[in-house]
Amino acid sequence: MLSKEIRSYFPILNQEINGHPLVYLDSGATSQKPVQVIEAIKKYYEFENSNVHRGVHTLGNRATESYEGAREKVRKFINAKSTKEIIFTRGTTTSLNTVAQSYGRANVKEGDEIVITHMEHHSNIIPWQQLAKETGATLKYIDLEADGTLSLEKVRETITDKTKIVSIVYVSNVLGTMNPIKEITQIAHEHGAIMVVDGAQAAPHLKIDVQNLDCDFLAFSGHKMCGPTGIGVLYGKQALLEEMEPIEFGGEMIDFVGLYESTWKELPWKFEGGTPIIAGAIGLAAAIDFLEEIGLDEIEKHEHELAALAMEKMSTVNGLSIYGPVDPSKRAGIVTFNLDDVHPHDVATVLDMSGIAVRAGHHCAQPLMKWLQCTATARASFYLYNTEEDIDRLVEGLRTAKEYFSDVF
Amino acid sequence: MSSNLDQLYRQVIMDHYKNPRNKGSIEDGALTIDMNNPTCGDRIHLTLQVEDGVVQNAKFDGEGCSISMSSASMMTQAIKGKKIEEALQLSHIFSDMMLGKEYDDSIDLGDIEALNGVAKFPARIKCATLAWKAMEKGVSEEQQ
Repeated sequence: MLSKEIRSYFPILNQEINGHPLVYLDSGATSQKPVQVIEAIKKYYEFENSNVHRGVHTLGNRATESYEGAREKVRKFINAKSTKEIIFTRGTTTSLNTVAQSYGRANVKEGDEIVITHMEHHSNIIPWQQLAKETGATLKYIDLEADGTLSLEKVRETITDKTKIVSIVYVSNVLGTMNPIKEITQIAHEHGAIMVVDGAQAAPHLKIDVQNLDCDFLAFSGHKMCGPTGIGVLYGKQALLEEMEPIEFGGEMIDFVGLYESTWKELPWKFEGGTPIIAGAIGLAAAIDFLEEIGLDEIEKHEHELAALAMEKMSTVNGLSIYGPVDPSKRAGIVTFNLDDVHPHDVATVLDMSGIAVRAGHHCAQPLMKWLQCTATARASFYLYNTEEDIDRLVEGLRTAKEYFSDVF
Repeated sequence: MSSNLDQLYRQVIMDHYKNPRNKGSIEDGALTIDMNNPTCGDRIHLTLQVEDGVVQNAKFDGEGCSISMSSASMMTQAIKGKKIEEALQLSHIFSDMMLGKEYDDSIDLGDIEALNGVAKFPARIKCATLAWKAMEKGVSEEQQ
């Protein structure tokens, strides 16, 4: 387990909610931000704020250096070959839509296949649904195993020579399942398809090495990994990005503008139309520094331990069922559950009255809810600042919910 | 903590949740409205039988939390036998109640009154208003 000292870097955790010390178990939706990130953004606005890549003046240079410095930090963080492969976006959703609209429209045609799974977030379903509709391609889903994992056998059965794009979540935001991305990438490549990885729930929690995975695209968001909202990353292999057309046109991304024709800047800027998310990128860089100082491997270990503890302790609550892999080593720090006879919204309200924040609903994964045969679930998601005491408070809250609703009936 | 929760989960609400009134669907010639709450997945299937401007019958089916389902049960109970204008007036009063505004208390709200605690739980207001929005949509279509 990581030291509890880490909590002191997160000012927001030091408060009472509804008369109880806050227990924040909704990091899967968005993580809290450490002072290091808040200070970095403040410092940027107080000493460096200026537009990038255009000013001759000193502030313009400072802002550009910080912004491009952030790109280099992201490159190292995921071990990309070059900063040309790192595009700043608004978040995972924008990153995935960029791949679908740019690479997809140019390379997918009628009769081709796009392969995803039943455990995708809406942001990794709808861009492909739209692309399939536009092009006449077929959208195929890889079936899940009963425990909410993927078997490579089924992956092999689903991906064919007609498959042009495979897009799969690294870590499921509902089941916590960690998927064998490297192996799936290899299968996709054997069939000449490209591999897109939704890394929204992976980047905050485990070490990602894009060269080792050999994936073609990776999308993730800053706000789930201690960074600010509004910043995300699209990684793409340089050779693919070079061939792709931008999907947003305007300032910042142009090389030469004529009356009827224009040309684009080189990578990565041709994909960053308009004034970029400068403060967001700088905040993300500070978040990466913070996470790396603690160590991604240590964070991953901490979350496995919390998930194991949570599953063990939560299973003592009568009538509680947990979804997803039974083996905690196969899942990230996400535990999705339901309590018999109590709707997840009601569970979440009772927990909130005890100062405990959990998510309730469909978690932007309606097809997965259908697969689980429920309309909604409650989810506790853990991060580096959570402790064993948080789990104890959760379990106590769940008992209260159970008792409260048994009493009123 | 329980006292806070008791403001929300009144006995009457739990009774409607556990024993919903007017559960089901009117088959023939009824107005049918399907609505969901995209942020949480609650959904309602409401059928209304309106004759000569009067709601003769109302039934609902759906899935959701105690607040959304009990509110649907209470709503169907309240509008049965009412003129469309009266049903819409009730809906207006209910909306004010949810927003924590002063509301017209000259009309007997019956069980609906029990939902006034929801106003203090902003995240749950949408649960309570789902069925009412479905009813408004249905009768406004009927009026056109």
